[in-house]
Amino acid sequence: MADIMLEIKNLGISFGGLKAVQDFDITIEKEQLYGLIGPNGAGKTTVFNLLTGVYRPDTGKILLNGNDITGKSIIDINKAGVARTFQNIRLFKELTVIENVKVGLHNHHHYSTIEGILRLPKYHKVEKEIEEKAMELLKVFGLEKEAQYKASNLPYGKQRKLEIARALATDPCLLLLDEPAAGMNPNETKELMDTIRFVREQFHMTILLIEHDMKLVSGICEKLTVLNFGQILAQGSTAEVLKDPQVITAYLGE
Amino acid sequence: MWKKLEKRTKSNIITYGMVIVAYIVVQGLMMTGNLSSLMQGLLVPLCAYVILAVSLNLVVGISGELSLGHAGFMCVGAFSSAFFSKCTQAAITNSGLRFFLAILIGAAVAAVFGILIGIPVLRLRGDYLAIVTLAFGEIIKNLINVLYIGRDSNGMHFSMKDSMSLNLEADGEILINGAKGITGTPKDSNFTIGVILILITLVIVLNLIHSRDGRAIMAIRDNRIAAESIGISITKYKLMAFTVSASLAGVAGVLYAHNLSTLTALPKNFGYNQSIMILVFVVLGGIGNIRGSIIAAVLLTMLPELLRGLNDYRMLIYAIVLIIMMLFNWAPKAIEWREKHLKFKRHKEKEAQ
Repeated sequence: MADIMLEIKNLGISFGGLKAVQDFDITIEKEQLYGLIGPNGAGKTTVFNLLTGVYRPDTGKILLNGNDITGKSIIDINKAGVARTFQNIRLFKELTVIENVKVGLHNHHHYSTIEGILRLPKYHKVEKEIEEKAMELLKVFGLEKEAQYKASNLPYGKQRKLEIARALATDPCLLLLDEPAAGMNPNETKELMDTIRFVREQFHMTILLIEHDMKLVSGICEKLTVLNFGQILAQGSTAEVLKDPQVITAYLGE
Repeated sequence: MWKKLEKRTKSNIITYGMVIVAYIVVQGLMMTGNLSSLMQGLLVPLCAYVILAVSLNLVVGISGELSLGHAGFMCVGAFSSAFFSKCTQAAITNSGLRFFLAILIGAAVAAVFGILIGIPVLRLRGDYLAIVTLAFGEIIKNLINVLYIGRDSNGMHFSMKDSMSLNLEADGEILINGAKGITGTPKDSNFTIGVILILITLVIVLNLIHSRDGRAIMAIRDNRIAAESIGISITKYKLMAFTVSASLAGVAGVLYAHNLSTLTALPKNFGYNQSIMILVFVVLGGIGNIRGSIIAAVLLTMLPELLRGLNDYRMLIYAIVLIIMMLFNWAPKAIEWREKHLKFKRHKEKEAQ
């Protein structure tokens, strides 16, 4: 059996009387590309928010690489190795493209505030490292020419890429993508599929993604979980799940 | 050589250069006797205002929080340092050393107040900081107005009632006399020291902005949720910006206090209007634009003095200028006009494509 990256058991949360997610189980192997699909309001983003510490689960356990990360803070979970992107892009709009990535590198390259203000040798040394590392990441995503642009001036597709680059800068072992293809045209989606595959190979990344675009899901995901009304409707290899009659009636339509 | 430098480095050099050139010009005017004594008296407060404007911009522009109590931090710095200088006037005869220590004390006390206010308030989302700092400024001012401290052979005496209840011995002296404030603070500050402190403030603020911590502070301003998701501690960095800003405001207070023989906590010096005026400098100069804050602080401090007759209408002029600047900055028609007539805007557009 391959190594397991993420194991979720019996995860659940309710808001007031609404059971947003219930009895959620998932097992993701290392370097797997895993899809989470379901109709609007099924609880997909809630699962992401539980996983990244935005919400504390009422029940269940989340194991990352065998370590229990249930109920930890957003910051600690990121430090443990989970990075995400957002459904509605959340870039640092007033910062430049390269600065966005540099912020992502924040916790991996240290110098003290005093060293920064006095511009001591360590500042120059570490800033140089940060600059090189950030540029490397931008090159991977073909953003090196736009490095000095304001992030908000990038076209939509590139903003998505920058968000992924920023998430990867935190050096995660699990990458969560929340509807990466939302609002993209077919060409951009195709390019994005290549990017996601490339990220997995280049960085040996485990990726869990939420998506509505069936072409993308069937094209790159190896395994799928289908959520409906906060509960798992089907789970398994992509081909099997998409043939499941229950999934077809609930989500895909006849 | 100049072309090779980064855009940001160039911009910083221009800012420092501007301050130094202004200093040389003013010194020249003073030597040749072309500066009225009224203007000369205004130079040190002017330096204090510039420091206040730059430091408030760190909170408002870079950290994206609204603080309405900057005069309060200035007040804390002014009184703590003036108290120190008065106490040690006899003990430390070297005025340079005494003033240096006074600056450190003013900065430290203001920073402590910054932390005390920041820790509970900066955890909240929304405009709570504006409300709390507004209250803080008023409380500090009123508290100092009822504070009496005296010294005699038995040591220090405190009272919140009046100077009589201090029960001083015959050899005692009153250090802080309630609403009458502190009299006889040594006049240790001058224009040169003021400009040096402006330059130090600029080094601290600009270098902080363009460092790892500054990026984190701006990232939180732009998108709090995203910043947290990549492992940045919101409270830590908001507190850092707020405390540095408060402490620099304290330094401005030290400078201001050591230019006056009598220091009193009047609404005019340290009240709500003063805090708003500092905010006006920041807004007029451009939120997040450090150089703009300096220019706005200088212009708006000098202008009413030059138009002495209009002094009664000073706040009215401020209000009108503020509204006009807001319109110029944000009204769609004005933006259109700017894009048509000002070159640098077009340049930006090209960048966007």
